[in-house]
Amino acid sequence: MKLQKMKKRRWGDLGWAYLMIAPTILGLLVLNIYPVISTIYLSFTKTGDFGASSFTGIGNYTKMFKDPEVLQATWNTFRYTIGVVPVGVLLALFFAVLLNANIKGKTLFRTIYFLPVVSTPVAVAMVWRWLYNTEFGLLNYLLSLFGAGPVGWLTTSRYAMFSLIVVGIWSTLGYNMVLLLAGLQEIPKTFYEAADIDGASPIRKFFFITLPLVSPTLFFVLVLTFISSLQMFDFIYMMVDRGNVAMGSVQTLVFLFYKYAFQIYDRGYASAIVVFLLAIILAITALQMHLQKKWVHYD
Amino acid sequence: MKAKKLVALFLALTLTLGITACGNSSTTPSGGSQTNGSGGGKGTTITYAIWDKNQEPGMRAIADAFEAQNPGIKVKVEVTGWDEYWTKLEAGATGGVLPDAFWMHINNFRKYADAAMLEPITEGVDMSKFPEGLVDLYTVDGTSYAVPKDFDTIGLWYNKTMFDEKGIPYPDESWDWDKAIEVAKQLTDPSAGVFGLMAGHSAENQQGFYNLIFQNGGHVISEDKKSSGYDLPETIEAVQVWHDLIHEHKVSPPYETLVESSASNLFTSGRVAMVMLGSWMVTELKNNEYSAANADVAVLPQMKQRATVYNGLGNAVSAKSPNKEAALKFVQFTGTEEANLLQAEHVSAIPAYEGTQQPWIDSITTFNVGKYVDMLEYAYIYPTSKTRPRWDVAENDYMRQILSGQLGVEEGCKALASEMNAILADE
Repeated sequence: MKLQKMKKRRWGDLGWAYLMIAPTILGLLVLNIYPVISTIYLSFTKTGDFGASSFTGIGNYTKMFKDPEVLQATWNTFRYTIGVVPVGVLLALFFAVLLNANIKGKTLFRTIYFLPVVSTPVAVAMVWRWLYNTEFGLLNYLLSLFGAGPVGWLTTSRYAMFSLIVVGIWSTLGYNMVLLLAGLQEIPKTFYEAADIDGASPIRKFFFITLPLVSPTLFFVLVLTFISSLQMFDFIYMMVDRGNVAMGSVQTLVFLFYKYAFQIYDRGYASAIVVFLLAIILAITALQMHLQKKWVHYD
Repeated sequence: MKAKKLVALFLALTLTLGITACGNSSTTPSGGSQTNGSGGGKGTTITYAIWDKNQEPGMRAIADAFEAQNPGIKVKVEVTGWDEYWTKLEAGATGGVLPDAFWMHINNFRKYADAAMLEPITEGVDMSKFPEGLVDLYTVDGTSYAVPKDFDTIGLWYNKTMFDEKGIPYPDESWDWDKAIEVAKQLTDPSAGVFGLMAGHSAENQQGFYNLIFQNGGHVISEDKKSSGYDLPETIEAVQVWHDLIHEHKVSPPYETLVESSASNLFTSGRVAMVMLGSWMVTELKNNEYSAANADVAVLPQMKQRATVYNGLGNAVSAKSPNKEAALKFVQFTGTEEANLLQAEHVSAIPAYEGTQQPWIDSITTFNVGKYVDMLEYAYIYPTSKTRPRWDVAENDYMRQILSGQLGVEEGCKALASEMNAILADE
């Protein structure tokens, strides 16, 4: 009797809970889960015009792993990620620690560092494009003051990826910094006071108090930055033109996906590329989840 | 615990993947059609989608004239940039919500016509009043699917002031490419950053190497659309001339500059003396103070023969439109002399209707734009086929390497030909 009553009540509670999360779950199903599944399905088809498609099995995948363009794009994606993630996250941590200290005008500085996040990527890319311009750009003008020759920041295969990485770091810095700042403020002041009494140096305090206690936030930031770097698209789209020689050495997997889906209209092959990217992201994120035991401290 | 983590991981990933995936299958097109019930009367609103902001006033004027003659029908002119236009149109066609009437370009025409997205235009337009090549462009098996709207050719723009300073006579009909290169060398001054004759980057085919290919007797694609023309000696030779402007004679800015700065930017800032530009650029050059005062246009220099590339847009009606009748009526109206004259008056583009070109020429006194119309006589139609979007990407990939000097001209053209042939065999 008692048990039955309890069950009934539990169902009542659970029903309410499910009702509450229903809008989010429905949104997820329609906007995220369904497209993911249909993308995976599309990757096994050869698509015709306007939604017509025929099943081809793993044809797209066998073609993909033999396609030097895909291999190059995978390598480019990794190069970009390796360039952005370590420097970007460490810089964000560095600035977060600085701005967490009691300095004058810290609100102003926090705003300045966060500004790139508020600006639209398209506007950001257009400004950087001009800074990088070989003939009229500010960067080359500054170089010319020191007598250095003009550098084709975006037009030579040698520098283009480097230039994109700089923009990538610059634009994610503020967001990561704010997340880390929130993490830093959670750390109780008493730990630092105790350390002061023991006479610990600032560097010791950073490595033995700050770093372990901010590690959950740092982990979160790391995972997010990895994923967003692996999905880089907008800066290439805006800053590297179709005729640009450097295109081959900077185009990422998502850019290649765009090219096949929206320029060549080969949706099947494009889906295979993006599913391949999903697999890469899944593997890297799973690895990070596994490794976190070694360095992330939850209370 | 582990299961929870996995679920969280999966959700996080799908959230992020959603960014790339949503573009693929779920796109909501705006546009489409709507029936306007307000005001008590029975009214229909049709959408008319176009991609050129410069032409909006002209299109609006045509829509106004149409509305005045057809009470009860309203036309909404919708401008979307070139790239987004096609993405939107494609999504609309897939989802069954195309705009009622819209501009069609030859790059995509066959795809839409073959999928029965376009309504046949069988009456109400006198097709004999338009250049035959343009009508043929939008005809499949004897049925027209779009009304020719305009045409464009390519001309040679030159900076009068720069010619005057060196005492060189302006380009005219007597010029061939040897002469053009010779003059370009005289006008080039690397220390001042001034170049005589600008080539173009790989994606600039219509305003660039296509013209030279036809002038040299070559072609891009065979007439039966079955084979590529890039392995013809005539085509290779023409690409070589274009390539040499940059690398051999150095009369063109280096390839990197061509990519970073647009032709009109370099021309209107006095950095290049001559450049090839399409007739659709007239409005921009006219509105620019510098080019309005210093520039003019001539016919293209010739090689073995005179030639230029021409192309034209068409006005099409969606076969799926619920307001098909109203839309058809509107598109038929765009094919009248009246509508074409309105187009001429607003300097939109060279109107296609017979006899309406002169008013267009007269409406622009700044430049000698009659040259654009003169060139129609020996113009070749813009090369295309059903698989154009695919070989267009291949063409760009190879031409990029060829024109930047990373790949030999002959070697690159032959490789491009074999890749293009493979795509065409698939058609």
